[in-house]
Amino acid sequence: MPRYAVRQLGYMALTLIGVSFAVFVLNEFAPGDVARKLLGAYATPEQVEHLTRELGLDRPVLVRYFDYAGHLLSGDLGQSLTFKVPVAEILWDRLSNTFLLAGVAFLVIVPIAILFGIAAGIREGSLGDHAILIGANFISSLPEFATGVFLASIFAVWLGWLPGTSPMSTGGNWSLASQLVMPVLVIALYDVGYLIAMIRVSMIAVMRQPFIRTAVLKGMSRRDVIVKHALRNALIAPFTAILLQVNYLVAGVVVVETVFAYPGFGRLMLQAAMSKDIAVVEAGTLVAVLIAMTTQLVGDLAYMLLDPRIRVSK
Amino acid sequence: MADQPLLSCEALSVDYGTGDLRQRAVEDLSFHIDRGEAFGLVGESGCGKSTVALAIMRYLGRNGWVSGGAIRFDGTDIASLSEGELRALRGARVAMVYQDPLSSLNPVMPIGRQLMEVPLLHRTRNREGARELALRALAEVELPDPEALMTRYPHQLSGGQQQRAVIAMALIAEPSLLILDEPTTGLDVTVEAAVLALVDRLRRRRGTSVLFISHNLGAIGRLCDRVGVLYAGRLVEQGPLHQVFGNPRHPYTRGLLNSVPSLGRDRRGRPLTPIGGTLSEASRLAVGCAFADRCPHVVDGLCTGQPIALEPVAGEASHIVRCVMSPRLPAFSWADEGGPAIAEQPAAEPVLEARGLGKRYELSGPSGGRTSLEALRGIDLVLERGRTLAIVGESGSGKSTFARIVLGLTDATEGELDFRGQNIARLAIGRRSRDLRQRLQMIFQNPDSTLNPSHTIGYALERTVGRLHRVGRADRRAAVGKLLQLVQLPANFAERMPDELSGGQRQRVAIARALAAAPEIVVADEPVSALDVSVQAAIANLLKELQVDQALSLVFISHDIALVRYMADHVALFYRGRLVEVGPADAVFAPPYHPYTQMLLASVPDPAAPSQRAAAPEAGAATAPETTRGCPFAARCAWRIDGLCAEVEPPILEPGEEHRIACHLTLQELPRHIGQAA
Amino acid sequence: MTDIADIVPIAPPTPARGLRVLRLTTAGYVGVGIIAFWVAAALLAPVLPMAAPNASDLGALANPLPSAAHWLGVDLSGRDILSRIVWGARTVLTVAPIAVAGATIAGAMLGLIAGYRRGTLDSVLSRISDVILSFPVIILYMIILTRFGASALNIVLVITVTKAPIIYRLVRAMTLELREREYVAAAQMRGESGLYIMLVEILPNARGPIIVDVCLRLGYTTIAIGVLGFLGIGLPPPTPDWGGMVRETYGMISLYPHMAIIPCVAISTLVIGFNLLAVGLRRKARHG
Repeated sequence: MPRYAVRQLGYMALTLIGVSFAVFVLNEFAPGDVARKLLGAYATPEQVEHLTRELGLDRPVLVRYFDYAGHLLSGDLGQSLTFKVPVAEILWDRLSNTFLLAGVAFLVIVPIAILFGIAAGIREGSLGDHAILIGANFISSLPEFATGVFLASIFAVWLGWLPGTSPMSTGGNWSLASQLVMPVLVIALYDVGYLIAMIRVSMIAVMRQPFIRTAVLKGMSRRDVIVKHALRNALIAPFTAILLQVNYLVAGVVVVETVFAYPGFGRLMLQAAMSKDIAVVEAGTLVAVLIAMTTQLVGDLAYMLLDPRIRVSK
Repeated sequence: MADQPLLSCEALSVDYGTGDLRQRAVEDLSFHIDRGEAFGLVGESGCGKSTVALAIMRYLGRNGWVSGGAIRFDGTDIASLSEGELRALRGARVAMVYQDPLSSLNPVMPIGRQLMEVPLLHRTRNREGARELALRALAEVELPDPEALMTRYPHQLSGGQQQRAVIAMALIAEPSLLILDEPTTGLDVTVEAAVLALVDRLRRRRGTSVLFISHNLGAIGRLCDRVGVLYAGRLVEQGPLHQVFGNPRHPYTRGLLNSVPSLGRDRRGRPLTPIGGTLSEASRLAVGCAFADRCPHVVDGLCTGQPIALEPVAGEASHIVRCVMSPRLPAFSWADEGGPAIAEQPAAEPVLEARGLGKRYELSGPSGGRTSLEALRGIDLVLERGRTLAIVGESGSGKSTFARIVLGLTDATEGELDFRGQNIARLAIGRRSRDLRQRLQMIFQNPDSTLNPSHTIGYALERTVGRLHRVGRADRRAAVGKLLQLVQLPANFAERMPDELSGGQRQRVAIARALAAAPEIVVADEPVSALDVSVQAAIANLLKELQVDQALSLVFISHDIALVRYMADHVALFYRGRLVEVGPADAVFAPPYHPYTQMLLASVPDPAAPSQRAAAPEAGAATAPETTRGCPFAARCAWRIDGLCAEVEPPILEPGEEHRIACHLTLQELPRHIGQAA
Repeated sequence: MTDIADIVPIAPPTPARGLRVLRLTTAGYVGVGIIAFWVAAALLAPVLPMAAPNASDLGALANPLPSAAHWLGVDLSGRDILSRIVWGARTVLTVAPIAVAGATIAGAMLGLIAGYRRGTLDSVLSRISDVILSFPVIILYMIILTRFGASALNIVLVITVTKAPIIYRLVRAMTLELREREYVAAAQMRGESGLYIMLVEILPNARGPIIVDVCLRLGYTTIAIGVLGFLGIGLPPPTPDWGGMVRETYGMISLYPHMAIIPCVAISTLVIGFNLLAVGLRRKARHG
């Protein structure tokens, strides 16, 4: 297994290099691109050309890439055009906000998903199972901006119980916690449906296995059978799915962040992409890919650890 | 009361489903099991025997329910037990052993813990005590190194070991009744014999009653005192084993017994007589005899129309049968006579010859290491024109690998395979000429996956004809009709889909598909293993007829040595990829034997002489590590010479012409009696 | 023995085999109904008696709420919401099916090839698919669409590339299993080409899960198109786009919530329709 982990790390490094190169080329290929963006829309061609030569932007792409890579590895992520601060600073600031949001959401989603998924799975075909299935399907059909609009209309506009935006500022009437409630709720509603369905399917498959019959015919109570035999088996496959939600929670929540004006990573990337803030885009992409690959690797390793059929050979 | 039977099934009826979709699985079933006795329930698929077991445990699921009668255990009606009482019963007083041991065990829990759960539930709260009991149980089922086994996971054990563990788990709380539901299906023949022998020893030692459910008449014969025969959910015959198997009075029982190949029946003797027709759903609901539509002795009006009661057989008071025609049936004779000795058949020209054929797989292990697996080594075989060469072996013997090499589905890594002067050992199917492909065809084992479920029968056959012969549309259609006729299926089957056909019918189509090519050589890889016993006989007979009709040379692969006796001109025995004995059928089945051959022969239970053949004792562990030197059978051989057999390649002995045995023993030392210990 | 003519199969022929897939549960039928409604709306858009989707009725801005003249009211620019919803259905129901079709065909073909042929092609394709799948797709959307502009074609391409790996993985897994079936070996023995085996022997037996997945994909793609519109990287105005409609109006929910809520309801119902159909098909495939 250590050999496997090392090999995967190697792949990861390779992918990161590939992705960073691709993004770099995408944004900075034509020599005039960067200079034009720096100078703005009204620059004359001569000005653009002059700045290009000055910044060394007329060198071949590969050379510029290695230069860039060098900067990256030494920790210099460049300067943000739109925010006028070092990229590292704004990136970290926004990332920590997103981690907070994602963390709270995760803590809400996972227990609920496991609870409902298992409850549905052990009662396959019953009314409760049907209700949970239809319910889970329903809520995962609502796009986040729709849920955001619905919830905001009810709780912020009509009832006034929660703030309509969540800029995470401490001045003002609303506590930080209350600013988190609706964003977390929206994320949770969207994500939990998918997880419930997954866990339910896994539980149903396990309950159909012959070893469950063996346990019952040993004289075990139904509750014990579920807790001691079914659960562990049922949660192996969804475990990786749960872990991969982290992936989604990091960047995929841009919609929620936009609806509630939450100062998060996703929104940063959107703004950067739209205003062609290249340094931020490049650095942000790398961070996102790094997080994604790490969760994938952890998921794979965890799966190998959890299932003795893979961990222990004959 | 000591006289009361331990288990009493009284007029039990079990239904599945509700309303329109209701199916009666068991009808008016009555039997009893006394303390200390072993009762067998025999029947083919769909007869309801497994349902009976589940009904006793009151585990019929949401869809099944007892619609009539009662089951009494030790005097108490099972239906009257509360949930708590039922739990106290299960595992402690009635325990069950299942068909597929691997899926009956929790894959992520160590074996020791699974065993310990039973005493912890019923007898003690003390973990140490439970652990002791578990260790003792593992030792009692003769598993090696119980201490180490406690922490292993199910997938690390072989099939036979898993089943022993399940038996240990069932017996650990010392139940009064042990239910075994097809416990050896899927296990190798030699392993099956060992497991049955173990169960027999244990139950006699402990005085446990046994309910043994199986379709395997030989196994029933080895283990049971009394037996009941089920057909379409009804009991058709019941009584002491010797009486039912020795003097069967129901046509179905006779049909079953006559369709089981035994070692006494060679290919010249009386053919196996299969039971015609198939079990239809309508017959389950018939008021009269359920077997009427398939019975060769049926009399309309007498057998149909009114319910038929169980009546005792003349002279055998405890032997009852549900058949009106029973007293008028002729005496039953075992078809053990071989036919008149045919003059030595002249050796025919070889049409396929293997020389030193071998196949080695290179695998990368989960942690990155490389291991090599030797599936075949040093195979020298000859198939003569118009004859049947049988290859006998258990799982891991390499027989399927050999078949795949012949057909080009995989390639050999060493040796040659000569067909019509061409070496095809490494000629992949994709590179073979159409002519070559047409001459070599295969019939597969599994009727469920041998036909594409999305295509009609007619399409599959027509396509084969079209690809291998250049004929026009009309000719193809006609060919399909003729093929169906050859395998005794009606022409309108061409429009059907595979899932509308029974297993036996699908296998016939598979044979038709192989014949569509008009081949010279047909390789049949376990063609009947997945079918019911009575259907096996029909397909086996069909193959024999077709071989003569179509002048085929047949390679018949099977693990069933008795069936091989019935089919083969020449026999080759494979063990772990090596050839241990080969020769004309008469020579192989007569002494002297290779020790493995002897073990195989001894494990064939013979319904005609139940309990007569005891299995040859297993000297070594059931799973031996891979050996690349020496004799592959050394680890299990009761005649093993220490220091020699496991180290040095055995020499080839020739007890007769064309008859070869690979063994270190001399010709005089080779075993000559089946059932003989070293 | 028995006459050949008396031999019967064990089950009666099932009628209309090709239509097997259409028998659904109640949930499935509800889903079909919803989808049919929106398809009808999209098809009838040009002929329905309502205002043009981009025509501004500035007079109505005084009272943007639903009225007799504008059944669902008007948005901030005075455009009739009902009309924009109906035309928006047209947009979604054009882009989403094309994108899903592209992803399905590409994913299925590649999955078949990778699963059947194995070897280096399989390793490479699977690696690429893993990378795409683990990639946070939103970021991909953002980068590509801001760099190359958000035309309908680009959106279709981007969605195809990001959704194809899911189907690739599904089809590949099924192919790996199905290629071991004996009827595949039988086909090889009669000399069928690889292409024939993949398309005629293997693919038809994989159609159940693929069809269910297509329905799910349609739902997710509809959401994706809505999200792109909402974030401002969707189809450029003035094309009526439900997500874009929400983006323009959600700032006004304290005053005129209907402007944002109506497009949200529209998109939600369509996705619910696709998901219900998927659930219905899946249950039918298991119990049917």
